Amino acid sequence: MKITELFERGEFVVSAEVGPPKGFHVEHLLEEAKTYLSGITAVNVTDNQSSVMRLGSLAMCKALKDKGLTPIYQLTCRDRNRIALQSDLLSAAMFGIENLLLLTGDHTKLGDHPQAKPVFDLDSVSLIHAVKKLEEGVDLGGNELIGEPPKFAKGAVVSPCSDSVDAQLAKMERKVMAGADYFQTQAVFEPEKFIKFMEKAKQFGKPVQVGIIIPKSAGMCKFMNNNVAGVHVPEEMIEELKKDKEKTKAGITGVEIAARIIKECKPYCQGVHIMALGWESKVPDLLKAAGI
Amino acid sequence: MLITQLKPRETIEALTEGKKVFIINCHGCKEVHFPVEEADELQKAWTAQGKVTGILTTDYICNQENMELRLRKHMEEIQAADVVLVFSCGVGVQTIAAYLEEKKVCAACDTCPLPGFQGVTPLEYKCDQCGECYLNLTGGICPITACSKSLVNGQCGGAKNGRCEVDSDMECGWERIYRRLAQIGRLDVLKCPTQVRNFATDDDV
Ligand code: SF4
Ligand code: SF4
Repeated sequence: MKITELFERGEFVVSAEVGPPKGFHVEHLLEEAKTYLSGITAVNVTDNQSSVMRLGSLAMCKALKDKGLTPIYQLTCRDRNRIALQSDLLSAAMFGIENLLLLTGDHTKLGDHPQAKPVFDLDSVSLIHAVKKLEEGVDLGGNELIGEPPKFAKGAVVSPCSDSVDAQLAKMERKVMAGADYFQTQAVFEPEKFIKFMEKAKQFGKPVQVGIIIPKSAGMCKFMNNNVAGVHVPEEMIEELKKDKEKTKAGITGVEIAARIIKECKPYCQGVHIMALGWESKVPDLLKAAGI
Repeated sequence: MLITQLKPRETIEALTEGKKVFIINCHGCKEVHFPVEEADELQKAWTAQGKVTGILTTDYICNQENMELRLRKHMEEIQAADVVLVFSCGVGVQTIAAYLEEKKVCAACDTCPLPGFQGVTPLEYKCDQCGECYLNLTGGICPITACSKSLVNGQCGGAKNGRCEVDSDMECGWERIYRRLAQIGRLDVLKCPTQVRNFATDDDV
């Protein structure tokens, strides 16, 4: 199922994220996904997230699909040139994977193989363009595909709380022009900024899922403030996490904060995307607390 | 060694149509092959049409002091023009664009590599001879060398406090490009079609 069909029906679309392991034993991860994420619409599978080498996104998508979940295949431009990317897209189509999230990807220098060659033959925009071409039955080289062309829901990302929000909006517009169907955002901790962003982004007429991270501790928030682009956790939230250490450790404070952010953003967007970062088990509680 | 070649006629026409043009030619370093005859022919035709406010032919425009000295003598002609069209390698265009920051400065040439030595000018601005000069879409700031991922369709999500995700000592190139485009009132160029890079340039030369 394409998640664009749900947006069209006016549903509030919920997705969550799963990061493949550094290794090939995924039974545990699949069990966890089935237990905690079966209730939601779709599951993103990250592509060597943060430039750290792991099991492939496509293989994990297939495994999740076999368990009855709907995967969103994340694809970055860091590790593959246009031949490999297009080839993997056809492979995804063969597996019946219909949802994509197309990104530029972090630089290789940020990960665990800083010596690797950064590819970036394409970028997020030209990758969306390439998918659109494939859907029209031709590849980027202008050669015709054999048989019925694939059809995907083409997702992209945008960073609404970035300090370069105008440059981000300009990029979002380019993604829309290239053929993006829907957007997921970087984690939002400042609903006011998100709402302001949406006032400008709604002109593009594409559904947007607000990105949510469940804050685990004050330390994690400070780390993100210093190191993660486009993420800023306000001081009051950090204080809230500091107040009752036990409650925070149990995840209750984090879930409360995340639920509050979702409630504030919900009237302005078309869905939510949860990056649980290992706290998949908290997703059902979070959705309940957010009234979804 | 580098080779510069004129951008396609249609591209140059589109940049200058209905506009007054000030022209800068750089016949700088021996390491650069420059399309002298073609450029000359084009510029003569424009002069006949009365669209040229002035022509400056010089060398080493990438040498900032030298360039500023020469440009100053032509300031009136430059002010009278809608576009400053630069016939040089990518470094030259970037140097001019940074100096005339309020003006629309366009590249008339694409810069490609040729085997052999590169020019040995002290370089504040870098050109990777990508073969398809993007400076007209980026306010005269080279996206290939100013962006760590050489992105040609806009900023990635990695910039934090205006700094690049790869190197916090470096300003994000696309942040600079956005700011420059806003300054010269040319944010509309960001709505250009999707750019797909061509890495086959050495075959074309
Ligand atoms: S875009 Fe940059 S690398 Fe390419 S020709 Fe222009 S200045 Fe050189
Ligand atoms: S942060 Fe800016 S300069 Fe660095 S890779 Fe991204 S767009 Fe390029």
